[in-house]
Amino acid sequence: MLARLFNAKPAVEDAATAEERVAVASQLKLTWWRFRRHRLAMASGVIVILFYLAAGFADFLATMDPHDTESARSYAPPQAIHLFDDVSLRPHVTVLRARRDPRTFRMVHDQATKVDLGFFVEGYPYALFGLIPTTTHLLGLKGAQPGETLHILGTDRLGRDLWSRLVVATRVSLTIGLVSVVISLFLGVLLGGVSAVYGGIVDTAIQRVIEIVRSMPTIPLWMGLAAALPNDWSVTRIYFAITVIIALLAWTDLARVVRGKFLSLREEDFVTAAELSGAGQLRIIFRHMLPSFLSHIIAATSLALPAMIISETSLSFLGLGLRPPAISWGILLQDAQNIEALALAPWMLAAAAPVIVIILAFNFLGDGLRDAADPYG
Amino acid sequence: MLAFTVRRLLLAILTIWVISVLAFAIIQLPPGDFVTAYIAQLSASGASVSEAEAVSLRELYGLGQPFYVQYAKWIVRVIAGDFGVSMEWNRPVGEVIGDRLWLTMLISFAALILIWGLALPIGIYSAVRQYSIGDYLFTLIGFIGLAVPNFLLALVVMYLSFRFFGANVGGLFSSEYELAGWSWDKVVDLIKHLPLPAIILALGGTAQLIRIMRANLLDELRRPYVVTARAKGIPEYRVILKYPVRAALNPFASTVAYLFPYLVSGSVIISIVLSLPTVGPLLVRSLISQDMFLAGTIVLLLGALTVVGTFISDLVLMWVDPRIRHQLD
Repeated sequence: MLARLFNAKPAVEDAATAEERVAVASQLKLTWWRFRRHRLAMASGVIVILFYLAAGFADFLATMDPHDTESARSYAPPQAIHLFDDVSLRPHVTVLRARRDPRTFRMVHDQATKVDLGFFVEGYPYALFGLIPTTTHLLGLKGAQPGETLHILGTDRLGRDLWSRLVVATRVSLTIGLVSVVISLFLGVLLGGVSAVYGGIVDTAIQRVIEIVRSMPTIPLWMGLAAALPNDWSVTRIYFAITVIIALLAWTDLARVVRGKFLSLREEDFVTAAELSGAGQLRIIFRHMLPSFLSHIIAATSLALPAMIISETSLSFLGLGLRPPAISWGILLQDAQNIEALALAPWMLAAAAPVIVIILAFNFLGDGLRDAADPYG
Repeated sequence: MLAFTVRRLLLAILTIWVISVLAFAIIQLPPGDFVTAYIAQLSASGASVSEAEAVSLRELYGLGQPFYVQYAKWIVRVIAGDFGVSMEWNRPVGEVIGDRLWLTMLISFAALILIWGLALPIGIYSAVRQYSIGDYLFTLIGFIGLAVPNFLLALVVMYLSFRFFGANVGGLFSSEYELAGWSWDKVVDLIKHLPLPAIILALGGTAQLIRIMRANLLDELRRPYVVTARAKGIPEYRVILKYPVRAALNPFASTVAYLFPYLVSGSVIISIVLSLPTVGPLLVRSLISQDMFLAGTIVLLLGALTVVGTFISDLVLMWVDPRIRHQLD
C-alpha cells in the first residue's frame, strides 16, 4: 500500500509507466499478460477448470448411483426435461415404466407419471472429496417413489444411468492424465536436463534412447504391457500401473523441449553474466534458467495431457486398460463398440462428447500458453 | 551421406533389438510357464502329451534357464522364421498372422500417402490465403481431426452409415472375396474398400501436418527473398512454389518419420472398430486370451516393420532435400 502511494504518478506518464511495468515484470507475469489477450485459450482454460471441478464434485452432480443396475431399465432412452406443465413453471420429467413387448421380447418404455425435478435433493449416499459423508445431490427427482428414476442421458445395457456414469468417469479419466503427465514430466525434465548439461556421451545416449522410443508404434506396446497386468489386481493398482505404462512411452517430447530450451538458454548473455559473477551451476539452473523456460514446460505439459487422456481412453476402450467396476470414458465407450448396440441405443455415444471437448480445450489452452511463453517474441 | 545411412541403419537395428526384447518380455509376463499352459490346452482338446514330449518342449524353450538364455533361444528361432505356436488357434503363429500384417502396412501406407497428398496443397492454400474463409474452414476441420481420436471417428462413421444407408461399412473385402485366394478381382475389391479406413486413419495426421506446413510457409513468406522474387516480376504462383514452399518442406517431411509409427498404432485400434482383417483385432484377442506367442510376434513384427518404414522414409527425405545431404557432408 505504502509502495503504491510512493509510486503514484500523474496520468501523463501512463505510457511510460506501462513500459516500465513491462521492463520490471517477471517472466510469469509477462506470460500471463500475453495469455490474457488470447480469448480462445482463456475460454478453453475456463472449460478445463470446469471439467476438473466436475471431477471433484462428480458424485454431487450425479443423479443416480452409477453402479446401480436394473434389468428392467436396460437401454432406457433419455428423458426429456419439461420446464412447463401446461402454462405453469414446473420442471418435471415423465418417468418411464418398462414392460416387455410380447411379440418382439424387447423392452419398451411407456411414459407414465410426471415427477417434479428439484435441486439439492436426497440421493444415494457418498463422501464428498472422500471425506464428508452426505446424500445431497445437485439435481434429482423430488419425492420419487421406488422405481421412479431420472435418466437425463438414458441408460446402458445393464440399466445404469449414463449421465451419472459419465460424470463419475470424469474423475478417473482426467486424473489419470495428470498422474501420467507428472511422471513423464519428471522423466522428461530430468533426462532432458541431464542430456543438455552434461553433453558428450551422456547426451548422445539419451538422444538415441529418445529416438528409439519415438520410432516404436506405441499402442501395440501399451496393449501388450497393459494386458500383462494380473487379473487379481485391485482397481487402484491397475490405475497406477496404467499411468506408469502411459508415462514410460510419453516422456520423450518433454525431454526434447527441455533439452532444446536448455541448450539455447545456455548461450544467452544473462547466463554468461551469472557464470562470470561466480554463480554455481545449480544456482544458474534453478535461479536463472528455470524461470525462463518454466512457461514452455507448462505449455508442453498442457499439450501432452490430451494425448495421455486419449491413450487411457483407447486402452480402456479395447478392454485392456482399466477394468469394470472402474468407470472411465474409455470403459463407457467400450459399451458403444458394437454396431447393434449403437443402432438400438445411439445415446451410448454420449461419452464421446466430453472426450472431444476436453481434448480441444487442452489443445487451445496449450497453443495459447505456448504463444504466450515467448513474452519478448 | 554414406556415413549417415550407416548410422541410421545401425540405429534401426538397435531399435528392432529393443523391440524384440520388449516383445519377449511381453511373452514372458503372464504368470506360469507357457509349456504348462500349452499342455493343459492340448489335454483339454483331447490330445494327450507324454512326459517325454513335455520335457523336450521345456528343453526347446529353455524353461528354467535365465531370461537371456530363453531370449537367445527364442530370437534364433524367430530369425529362422519359426515364431512358435499359437495356443488359441493351435497352428503356427506365422500361419495365423498370414496376410494380416501386410494389410496393416498397406492401410498405414495408404494413410501416409493420403496425408501427404492432402496436407501439402491445403497447407499451401491456408498460408497463402491466410484468414480467408477457406483457411478458417480447414483450420476448423483440422482441429476436429486433431481432437477426435480416430477410433471415435470410426465409431461415428460406422453408426452414421448404418443409420442412413443401412450398410455395414466395415471390412476390407466384399463377402465373396473374403476367403478367396488372391486374384486380380480381389485386389480391385481391396482398392475399393481401402479409402474409408485410410481417410479415418489419416485425418488426425493431416490436421497436424497442415498446421505445421501453414506455420512454416507463413514464416518463409515474410522473408525478404520473397519480396525480391516478386519485385523481379516472377508470376505469383512461381514465386510461391519455387522458393518458400521448398524451404518450408523440410520440417514437413521430417515429421513424416514419426507419423508412420503413429499411423501403425492408429490402424490397430480402428481395425477393431471397423473389423478390418489386419493384425489389430488379432492382437487384442490374443492379449485377452493370453495367447502370448501370437501377441509377442505381432508386437515384434509391427515394431520391426515400422522401423524399416521409418528408415526408408529417412532415406527418401535425404534424397529429396539437398540441404540434409549437404549438412551431413
